[in-house]
Amino acid sequence: MKRSTLILLKILTWLACLWPLGKLAWGAAANNLGADPTATITFATGLATLRLLTISLAITPLRRLSPRLNWLIKFRRLLGLFAFFYASLHLLTYIALYAGFDVNSMAADIAKRRFITAGVAAWLLLLPLAATSTNWAIRKLGGKRWNRLHKLVYAAAVCGVIHYWWQVKPGVLTPLTMTILVGVLLLARPAWTMRQRFVQSRKAVAARAAG
Amino acid sequence: MLIGKPPDIPSSAITPKDQYLNRRRFLRGAVSGVVAASAAALGGERLAEIVSPSIGALAGTRLETVKSPLTTTGEELTSLKDVTTYNNFYEFGVDKGEPSMNAGGLPTRPWTVRVDGKVKTPKVFDIDALLKLRPLEDRVYRHRCVESWSMVIPWIGYSLSEFIRQCEPLSSAKYVQFLSYYDKRVEKWGSETSISWPYSEGLRMDEAMNTLTLLTFGLYGEVLPNQNGAPLRIVVPWKYGFKSAKSIVGVRFLDKQPPTTWNDQAPSEYGFYSNVNPNVDHPRWSQKTERRIGQPFYAQRRTTLLFNGYGDQVASLYNGMDLRKYF
Repeated sequence: MKRSTLILLKILTWLACLWPLGKLAWGAAANNLGADPTATITFATGLATLRLLTISLAITPLRRLSPRLNWLIKFRRLLGLFAFFYASLHLLTYIALYAGFDVNSMAADIAKRRFITAGVAAWLLLLPLAATSTNWAIRKLGGKRWNRLHKLVYAAAVCGVIHYWWQVKPGVLTPLTMTILVGVLLLARPAWTMRQRFVQSRKAVAARAAG
Repeated sequence: MLIGKPPDIPSSAITPKDQYLNRRRFLRGAVSGVVAASAAALGGERLAEIVSPSIGALAGTRLETVKSPLTTTGEELTSLKDVTTYNNFYEFGVDKGEPSMNAGGLPTRPWTVRVDGKVKTPKVFDIDALLKLRPLEDRVYRHRCVESWSMVIPWIGYSLSEFIRQCEPLSSAKYVQFLSYYDKRVEKWGSETSISWPYSEGLRMDEAMNTLTLLTFGLYGEVLPNQNGAPLRIVVPWKYGFKSAKSIVGVRFLDKQPPTTWNDQAPSEYGFYSNVNPNVDHPRWSQKTERRIGQPFYAQRRTTLLFNGYGDQVASLYNGMDLRKYF
């Protein structure tokens, strides 16, 4: 890929990632965040987090489809960090607008309310990934350890989806699409490993037969 | 790429049946009605209401009302726009904005309410007869949703007890059940959930007979918009909003507690009583505070009051009851 194309795509990705925040900022300035602004902000930041996590989880399976899609890896860190950014805004919304910075009420919520527990768990799982996203951290940890650490993103995505289901009223099926997408993207990984093993064993059998 | 061909007439351009019926009634109406409408149309906000079909507030649908001592004072009203575009009415979609867009097809005329169960004789009441049964009162009530948002709404109606007397319940009637309209051709969004319809709610007889419990026909001076539960609903201001059944077609008197929709759906989350109570949390969130609709995000939060602030009138209904157990 040409350097200029890459730069253009990066700019477009930045703009797309900033879009949900821009809409909220615009809405807040124009006093146009809907009837329940707190709920609007909470939902928009939560949805942006889950969408960005889902897109970043799609990159590895897409690259495996064709070596021509390898360039996608250059966008994964950006998407992942934006996911963490929105997750942090989402958490901040809860701390400021729901708990009113009351530490006792937050502690009670985390202990008692499973949807909040799941949400906080997802954010805590993303935290070390964001902290080790620099080139320096990758070098320091070594590729293998870094890769293993960053598998935590799977757990974060699962916690995020569970958080969404536990938040909606029983009987409401809105989180279903997101759940299926995340499910398919997570299952694509063991499916790939199994396929690789199968191909390897076929090769081994063929090699033995030939020998 | 365009998939599928758009319909010749967009559904947004089709006038809902209730609106053209309203228009006919309006045209048939007395000259005084026209004069009143013109006068009303001079005010800018009123004009916006009249020309906006989604709110469904046409001039012919104004209701004559009298004052009530049971109205709530000292609260800033939630705007008509928020009251009519921020609704939980899952038969018309689970998003708050959906009912105002989807409820146009609710056939509010002709409309009857069937009364049966533990009554002297089963009866059928026509909506137009019910509108004339008692003088319609203006009653401002706080409205507290179980989801922890709240509004202040100027409802129009009369005490449900007035209607119940007409039903002639037997002394064995201990509970009353309210059944909402359900037609899956009109309310196709209902099947986007796993809830079994029609919507059912219920009250204990003494709760239903309390003068605060309102048989409701309108809000903000006019008949109920469809998304707010047209043509008639109940409003029980000291309970979470879902107890106030909308678009009622059936009233059944029973000797035992009726099954109710949200209680069936999740008994640990939505009790049969569901009195507003800041001391009993919903399992998934605190009920200590609420967010007032229509306020800026930094000013929404306020303290939730026991019985939604109506304890003086209703607390005695629950004397000796453990409100944690019977939440």
